[in-house]
Amino acid sequence: MTFRTITMKNFPPFIDNLIKAMEVVGVREKVEGKYEFAPLESSAQLCLDYDVTLLSPKKYFLPPRETLMKFKIGKAVSCQAVLESKDLAVVGVHPYDLKGIAQLDRIFADVNQDEHYRRRRESTVIIGVDIKRASPYAFCKSMNSATTQQGFDLFLTDIGDGYVVAVGTPKGQGLLDQHGLSREATKEEMAKRAEIQEKIPYRFSLNTVTTPYHELPRLLADHAESKLFDELAEKCFSCGSCNLVCPTCYCFDVQDDVALNLSEGERFRLWDGCLLEGFAKVATGENFREDRAERIRHRIFRKGKYIYEKYGEHGCVGCGRCASACLPDIANPVEIFNRLKEGKG
Amino acid sequence: MNTTQIQTGSFEPTSIYLPSLAEIVRTEQLTKMEKLFEIRLKNGRDLGHQPGQFVEVSLFGIGEAPISISSSPTQKGSFELAVRAVGNVTKALHTLSSGASLGIRGPFGKGFPVEELKGKDILFVAGGIGLVPLRSLINYVLDNRPAYGRVLVLFGAKTPAEQLFLEELSRWRASKEMEYLETVDRSDGQWQGNVGVITTLFRKMAIDPKKTVAVIVGPPIMYRFAILEAQAKGIPDDQLIVSLERRMKCGVGKCGHCQINNLYVCQEGPVFNYAKIKDVKEAI
Repeated sequence: MTFRTITMKNFPPFIDNLIKAMEVVGVREKVEGKYEFAPLESSAQLCLDYDVTLLSPKKYFLPPRETLMKFKIGKAVSCQAVLESKDLAVVGVHPYDLKGIAQLDRIFADVNQDEHYRRRRESTVIIGVDIKRASPYAFCKSMNSATTQQGFDLFLTDIGDGYVVAVGTPKGQGLLDQHGLSREATKEEMAKRAEIQEKIPYRFSLNTVTTPYHELPRLLADHAESKLFDELAEKCFSCGSCNLVCPTCYCFDVQDDVALNLSEGERFRLWDGCLLEGFAKVATGENFREDRAERIRHRIFRKGKYIYEKYGEHGCVGCGRCASACLPDIANPVEIFNRLKEGKG
Repeated sequence: MNTTQIQTGSFEPTSIYLPSLAEIVRTEQLTKMEKLFEIRLKNGRDLGHQPGQFVEVSLFGIGEAPISISSSPTQKGSFELAVRAVGNVTKALHTLSSGASLGIRGPFGKGFPVEELKGKDILFVAGGIGLVPLRSLINYVLDNRPAYGRVLVLFGAKTPAEQLFLEELSRWRASKEMEYLETVDRSDGQWQGNVGVITTLFRKMAIDPKKTVAVIVGPPIMYRFAILEAQAKGIPDDQLIVSLERRMKCGVGKCGHCQINNLYVCQEGPVFNYAKIKDVKEAI
């Protein structure tokens, strides 16, 4: 990996040049203190000093509603896949979200490659950034996601008078060379970067999982019958907000829409959530995960056991979005993991 | 720079969600609720399935539903689905007749272990429309008869009117190649045979548990009882094969609806060795 430095003076022109060349989305303040990934018209709108965005950049690769195919019905039935992609730069992605994206890359490209996802992902360039402010719900230290050395095309670390830019891919290199004025990072700048990155995990010291990362699957296996899930179920609305905001939730529903002319239509997918009551229900009426407690357990086991057993990394990246989105405040994985460990519940 | 590309099925790689077009060549009303569809792919290819696998049936404008394949792969040129009208797609499917077009994706999932079953006695236990996927295996075994040991089929339906594949059942009753026992939960007054749930048939036969593999397919409630009966006959857990129903929406291990814990039923199932899933919460 090579490291460049771009001064604070030269950084806004880099973003503005990017905006001229391609569609750029980045972190913007939506309302006071709430951030989102949204299209950038100018570098002035970009906010890299943020805690967490409402939704992760997952929405650009697995859109909330995505057309999969168009079809014609009537006398001559036919169907055509719709595979969309556009050149896009995503600016300001935190390490935990980079980890979430890397996980989705693996899942959608593993077996049965999902061409819809792959094309969108391949035409995207990702510019990550180190965390400057910790969300009160985030627990990135526990989930090994406070900082990262992979999963980006470019990655920025604010060292005061500029950014050290880690160049992760030739695509990132090309983008920087073409649109930005940078120079090789000095030893002093690299030392500063290392010093800053070393401290980042400790911003999350007040919010940590008491079980070590690799021991979580065992903890969950030992507590599959815990009463805690029943206790949480008493308060759960089955609203699926925890699923909706999760950077690694990827379950989807598929529906058909027929045009008013009744001769054509499209099939699309929509985000779905395993906390919703009908998620595992089949046409005969049988619901294979009818109890709320079972659905809560399923989500927690997905995040702390099943995905790990398949890919070696947890489904949870520690962003804390589920905890902040949950209305009855029962979705926080830190509290659930720690309560199971304490044997409470 | 924005590009939108519309691609047809003839180019690679394309969408794993894009069905192949197919045509209904024959239909047959099996019972009040179930109808048989003989289907041919428009590209002229065989489906190339294993007994126990399923397809996603697409009715454009309505949706997709996972349906198990009822014909044996030894039947060439076309395949058969026997469908109960219960959901949006299956109810709409029932309104179609021969000549109608639909979409097919698949075959998906793991089928019955036809190679491992060779040389074994096979005890088929079918409850209701559990006979639909089992018929694929039964006919496959009968078409390769010398490769397999005893063939015993136990079939239970709620009432005589709910028995499927009547022509085949009468052939099976008369066949010397297999032993066939049947029951109904409730008689209609005319029924001459056994009355009672399917577990009552277990008491009417003798097997060698060492060389017998039981293949059990039925409604969710049936498994617990049928498995207990098979165990009582001395069949070890790793010689019990089941096929599980779940909401297999995408068929390719992505959408999440069919998961039992960490298992994607559409990928690792629907056919499972009971020993593998007996301790999996939510499975049976």
